[in-house]
Amino acid sequence: MADTPHIPNEAETRAKWGAFAWTPENAAEAATVIARYPAGRQQSAVMALLDLAQRQVGAETRTQGWLPVPVIEFVAAQLGMPYMRAYEVASFYTMYNLAPVGRYHVQVCGTTPCMLRGSDDVMAACKNRGLVKGATTPDGLFTLTEVECLGACANAPMVQINDDNFEDLTYDSMTALLTALSEDRPVTVGSQIGRQASCPEGGPIVLKEFAK
Amino acid sequence: MSLQDQDRIFTNVYGFQPWNLAAAQKRGDWDNTKALLDLGQDAIIEQIKASGLRGRGGAGFPTGMKWSFMPKAPTPERPSFLVINADESEPGSCKDREIIRHDPHKLIEGALVAGFAMRARAAYIYIRGEYIAEAKTLFAAVQEAYDAGLIGKNACKSGYDFDVFVHRGAGAYICGEETAMLESLEGKKGQPRLKPPFPAGAGLYGCPTTVNNVESIAVAPTILRRGAPWFKGFGREGNAGTKLFQISGHVNKPCVVEEAMSIPFRELIEKHCGGIRGGWDNLLAVIPGGSSVPLVPAAQIMDAPMDFDGLKALGSGLGTAAVIVMDKSTDIVRAISRLSYFYKHESCGQCTPCREGTGWMWRVMERMRTGDADISEIDTLFDVTKQVEGHTICALGDAAAWPIQGLIRHFRPEMERRINERAGGEMAEAAE
Repeated sequence: MADTPHIPNEAETRAKWGAFAWTPENAAEAATVIARYPAGRQQSAVMALLDLAQRQVGAETRTQGWLPVPVIEFVAAQLGMPYMRAYEVASFYTMYNLAPVGRYHVQVCGTTPCMLRGSDDVMAACKNRGLVKGATTPDGLFTLTEVECLGACANAPMVQINDDNFEDLTYDSMTALLTALSEDRPVTVGSQIGRQASCPEGGPIVLKEFAK
Repeated sequence: MSLQDQDRIFTNVYGFQPWNLAAAQKRGDWDNTKALLDLGQDAIIEQIKASGLRGRGGAGFPTGMKWSFMPKAPTPERPSFLVINADESEPGSCKDREIIRHDPHKLIEGALVAGFAMRARAAYIYIRGEYIAEAKTLFAAVQEAYDAGLIGKNACKSGYDFDVFVHRGAGAYICGEETAMLESLEGKKGQPRLKPPFPAGAGLYGCPTTVNNVESIAVAPTILRRGAPWFKGFGREGNAGTKLFQISGHVNKPCVVEEAMSIPFRELIEKHCGGIRGGWDNLLAVIPGGSSVPLVPAAQIMDAPMDFDGLKALGSGLGTAAVIVMDKSTDIVRAISRLSYFYKHESCGQCTPCREGTGWMWRVMERMRTGDADISEIDTLFDVTKQVEGHTICALGDAAAWPIQGLIRHFRPEMERRINERAGGEMAEAAE
């Protein structure tokens, strides 16, 4: 299948990530997360810890991060759960990357509400800049994924790139966005046409008092 | 008479003002919450019942009644939990996001009031993983509420101890199903549980649990403050209250807006969205309640009341009030086929009819899109949707079946046209 992730060679992965351990800040964060759940129910923290681990891997590799097997093992061991239970979680949820991704993970929403507003154009802008669905560009900068509804339908079409949403896109603004990212220039998060959140374009029709 | 600003609950829905505690208090949140709790648990539930509030997550179950199913005397060994469903993933829906990022204190106050009424020990707010900035706001807002003594030990000096925790998801539509959400909260993959036992009997960690949508919880304090009759004054009988509508697709100005229930579709679009792109004659069809509900053709929806019963009468549903508007430029078969792909992608794989059926339905829908099919296959497709519907543990199977059923019910001539055109084209070539 085209969207099957390419997982690197296991020996190589182990050599690189076998000694994975939390940074001091992340160790403290992990403890905070575990404390949110009742005693003996620490398995509940597995989702948050996998996310934290992915972010740490990302910070170390200057990418959006992924989850090598030894890292999943590390999280499972900390929570006292079998590796397979942690792997099940990592493979079930789409936000865990089981293979390395680029510095920018470009997630284009292609579900119907975005499709109606022109997600095909957004996808075309990505393709014309050399991004290929399910793959990372040779310079390691962009990984392109088509994702399912990200819940910003009143601001469609949209993409999520790493932690940020970019909304109300067109072919041109998407192209400009990718160019700016590749040149390390600052970008505007949120609506690309200057809309305030999901307020109608051109200013509020109701609740004008609150917009002052 | 449409809704006036003074009757809007979510006054900061667009985020023109800060979300923080000081600003929220100016908007009336956390105003003597102790007095609300002093009403007493049963009185709060009675008020919510009397207000006619129905669950805002899609199913429309009466909220007060749901709360009343919780045990009246939980023990410390087996506490009760409130789980708040902020895993907003239904295509078209984007209202909980606005509540969380712009009005989080309404939700947190609602969590305390609702949790107190159902005698819960704590609330877990399950927010979808992709709402990264929103989760950050929510974490910060919860911390503010703790620091101000509004939640935690002796919440609002009421003598009641109540914790609020935030749990981030990681990208799975199915976790919006209440029992899948509980599995996910327990640190497992989100596969729905068989019911019974229902969550109110054995939910999170085997303890009594109620799962409510963000909007249902966030409106509760305002209902108590302004009184059940006020809330019940909006909308038709059985469809009370105000509601956040989320309009996407082919309108001139898509937006999220709070309106009175039962507002006619035409008024909603004209007043808030600047009309249909290309005018009303250009309207093709509307999915009125998020991707799971069947579409409604233009002629039927134009003057229909937007509420639970009004849309049910049209063979569709209000769902989350996520209104997806499609004009005549829409490739309607592709629009629905894309939803079929969504359900194929999001099926958790537990039940065979859904796991196999969603993929099968999508593949056939793709052939319908290009007309590469036989007329009789339309009936076969309809038949298969009926075999998936109702034969799975959760409603994802139903949700995958309904959009296709709606398409066949209303746009069968279009599907047949594509098939005939393609077949006709081939025959003409053969005859030459």
